[in-house]
Amino acid sequence: MKITFKIWRQEGANSEGSFKTYDIDGLTEDMSFLEALDHLNERLVLKGEKVVAFDHDCREGICGQCGVFINGRAHGPHDHMTTCQLHMRSFKDGETIVVEPYRAGAFPVVKDLVVDRTAFDRIIEQGAYITAKTGTAAEANAILIPKEVADNSMDVAACIGCGACVATCKNASAALFTSAKINHLNKLPQGQPEAHRRLVGMTDQMAIENFGSCTFTAACEVECPAEISISSIAEMNARYVKAKLFG
Amino acid sequence: MTLDSKIPAGRLEDKWTSYQAKSHLINPANKKKLNILVVGSGLAGAGAAATLAELGYQVQCFCYQDSPRRAHSVAAQGGINAAKNYQHDGDSVWRMFYDTLKGGDFRSREANTYRLAELSAPLIDHFVQQGVPFAREYGGVLANRSFGGVQVQRTFYARGQTGQQLLLAAYSQLSKMIRAKKVAMFARHEVLDIVVIQGKAKGVIARDLATGEIKRFAADAVVLATGGYSRVFRLSTLAIGCNGSAIWKAHKRGAYFAAPSFTQIHPTALPQTSESQSKLTLMSESLRNDGRIWVPKKKDDNRQAKDIPEEERDYYLERRYPSFGNLAPRDIASRAAKERIDAGYGVGQLKNAVYLDFKHAINKLGKDVIQDKYGNLFSMYEKITGINAYEEPMKISPAAHFSMGGLWVDYELMTSIPGLYAIGECNYSDHGANRLGANSLLQTSIDGYFILPNTINNYLEGELKETRPDVNHPEFVKVEDEVKSQIGKILAINGHRTTDDFHRELGKVMWQECAMSRNKKGLEKAILQIKEIKDAFWKEVKVTGHDNEMNPELEKALRLADFIELAILMCTDALERNESCGAHFREEYQTEDGEAMRNDEDYKYVSVWEYDAGDFKLHKEVLEFEYVQPTVRSYK
Ligand SMILES: Cc1cc2nc3c(=O)[nH]c(=O)nc-3n(C[C@H](O)[C@H](O)[C@H](O)COP(=O)(O)OP(=O)(O)OC[C@H]3O[C@@H](n4cnc5c(N)ncnc54)[C@H](O)[C@@H]3O)c2cc1C
Ligand code: FES
Repeated sequence: MKITFKIWRQEGANSEGSFKTYDIDGLTEDMSFLEALDHLNERLVLKGEKVVAFDHDCREGICGQCGVFINGRAHGPHDHMTTCQLHMRSFKDGETIVVEPYRAGAFPVVKDLVVDRTAFDRIIEQGAYITAKTGTAAEANAILIPKEVADNSMDVAACIGCGACVATCKNASAALFTSAKINHLNKLPQGQPEAHRRLVGMTDQMAIENFGSCTFTAACEVECPAEISISSIAEMNARYVKAKLFG
Repeated sequence: MTLDSKIPAGRLEDKWTSYQAKSHLINPANKKKLNILVVGSGLAGAGAAATLAELGYQVQCFCYQDSPRRAHSVAAQGGINAAKNYQHDGDSVWRMFYDTLKGGDFRSREANTYRLAELSAPLIDHFVQQGVPFAREYGGVLANRSFGGVQVQRTFYARGQTGQQLLLAAYSQLSKMIRAKKVAMFARHEVLDIVVIQGKAKGVIARDLATGEIKRFAADAVVLATGGYSRVFRLSTLAIGCNGSAIWKAHKRGAYFAAPSFTQIHPTALPQTSESQSKLTLMSESLRNDGRIWVPKKKDDNRQAKDIPEEERDYYLERRYPSFGNLAPRDIASRAAKERIDAGYGVGQLKNAVYLDFKHAINKLGKDVIQDKYGNLFSMYEKITGINAYEEPMKISPAAHFSMGGLWVDYELMTSIPGLYAIGECNYSDHGANRLGANSLLQTSIDGYFILPNTINNYLEGELKETRPDVNHPEFVKVEDEVKSQIGKILAINGHRTTDDFHRELGKVMWQECAMSRNKKGLEKAILQIKEIKDAFWKEVKVTGHDNEMNPELEKALRLADFIELAILMCTDALERNESCGAHFREEYQTEDGEAMRNDEDYKYVSVWEYDAGDFKLHKEVLEFEYVQPTVRSYK
């Protein structure tokens, strides 16, 4: 397979970036998209050029470290799929593929295709936990949790924190990410004592980090590799209204 | 130095309790003065960092990813074991201890293994408290399933994302302590060397991966929690960044390395399809609960799976191991697959796979039940291969997966360098020569949450009266210079081969000679080949870019330089052990029907290697079995 890559190159956070074009041969349909970038990088090294920096680690869709814009879509052409799970069989021989970093004010570019998503960590720090010290737990089966509740909690707990929801949202909102975590814990009995603090702390931090607000375009749920539904955002908002009204 | 495992006296059942009762305590005011570095934010590292911070220590934690939430623990699918006996199927701490010891082919310490089983139940309590959405029964109690190598159901799980949910719980707790300013987190930082002052670990040198800056960190103790090193094979189920650098550098600074060649090859990964492949994706072993493994009875059978009638299928695990069948332990299942593939019965494009078939389970239980249990695994399979496994069997193949070997540690999880600890997959502790499925999430978690926070006081108490370590100490300057000069050297070579090219070459040698089956001739040849690779690497590698910027190519090269050296030690270790045990199968030592022949008379020890100026010196930690008599490990 032969592909023309148009890739965003940017030396650092404070430098100007631009697209560079690379024609590359010798790809196969079985290659993953990131393996195609590896292939390109090997060619660049041999030519004495700097490699294209991109984030990735597990390469199996679970760590959430990968994520770029491919032909204008977060994680590429398919719904619910991470960049690392994308394979070259999704492209045509001879095609031009445009690759750029996630664009969002809260995710500044670090280099080339790598962005800084530490804003997500800071949202988590504002309450995505249960305050209980190691070694203080009661017998696990002392808390009975109906299967449906555990399943619903798991549905949203599955978020991989990749940031595709933010990148694809025209408002760069982090509502899907934040709601998923809040709902994971607030649905469970263990999460109740801190439910209110968690809700307020995490949503406030969203604003502090300069994420936009959600206008329910539902673009995020289409890209979400963990298939988290925007009903999660509605649920968070309902919890928020309830909390504001009833304390 | 003599090897003191520091196993407490007393009955097996009482050892850990009496250890805790007698170990030193440090008062809260003094804990605040002590600083601990935790290298790694996986289940072991995050659990340790959060718990140590809760206890009052000042902690600095490192990971190479952009967030601690991405450590490779996140990828564990199947589950975590605990001797809760919720199924009332005869499980107990004793049985779990025995299964683990036997599963490891009697190459681990009784006391460690017993403690693993003993702490498993409280660990589940802990994770439930932290909000892990484990699978539940309709009545609201926790659900279980079984995993390879055991006959009870003791595995707890959260769909096919157990590791993710446990890691996120640990990350949450870590985040809580970051917010409380008790942990300083250094993401995108890679530890490149350990600083040892007057025989004690006092700090690390790390590279800020975003800027390239080299930094010094001083502390009263250093904890390595850097995970497994199976990327030495290049193709593995591990994440691309997983490395052996921190433990290798520690080894070169004096920490002993135990059983480096004990690596687990997982039987159910997706087969390699091309040269350019960068990783092998695991299909959870839990699939073997309901999937049946087979190959055609006829060689080079080119028919589609669905066209091969029942009587022409060879369910070889059920045939060879009737009592465990498809749930035979990993080493055995992998070797059995290799045997069939090598004999010409493999399936798939490259004839390097076997079938994992759900037809019978779907017929019996219905598609809904299978979907509920394994839905995300089936969809992952389809994303990667384009094949719907509800309709036709999966194709699977063995892949490098886990390192039982690692830094030697005593009962307190301290390495042979005082003040340097190793926890989680990077140590050699409980799994012996083969790890049982779902025992690793357990081991990494209890190391970090329960054991280390109890044992580290014993050492730190003695450090209180010492002066606090200082990054301006000449040893820090020296080690930093060494790190910088290694980086400079790699960048200056400017050869004509890429790092990946060398890594592919190394991986092939290791897969061929030091994976599922090994022999003297092959290992001797491999050692020579790897030495050649090493020479060539240092003359011909080409790394572009600079040291003072984000440079992924440089990161790769530094990791590979360490893997190459580690690979030599792995082969040396495999060569020394003239027996077959667990994952270590030496072709010279097998029974007539191809089963492993262990030799307790001569090899009932853990091989512990000391680095000696480019060479390796063997020490033996002889294993005493007081409570269990090692038997032939049969799963027939
Ligand atoms: C695909 C897969 C599936 C698995 N499934 C199961 C299962 O179902 N059940 C089970 O029990 N076990 C399973 N395992 C094994 C288990 O997941 C691991 O053994 C365990 O999670 C390792 O945890 P850890 O904390 O030791 O290491 P990791 O989670 O790998 O964490 C290592 C940490 O160290 C950091 N690090 C590494 N090197 C450096 C460095 N030089 N400098 C700074 N930081 C560094 C990394 O950034 C990371 O934070 C599975 C493993 C794999 C690969
Ligand atoms: S690399 Fe981990 S999700 Fe893509």
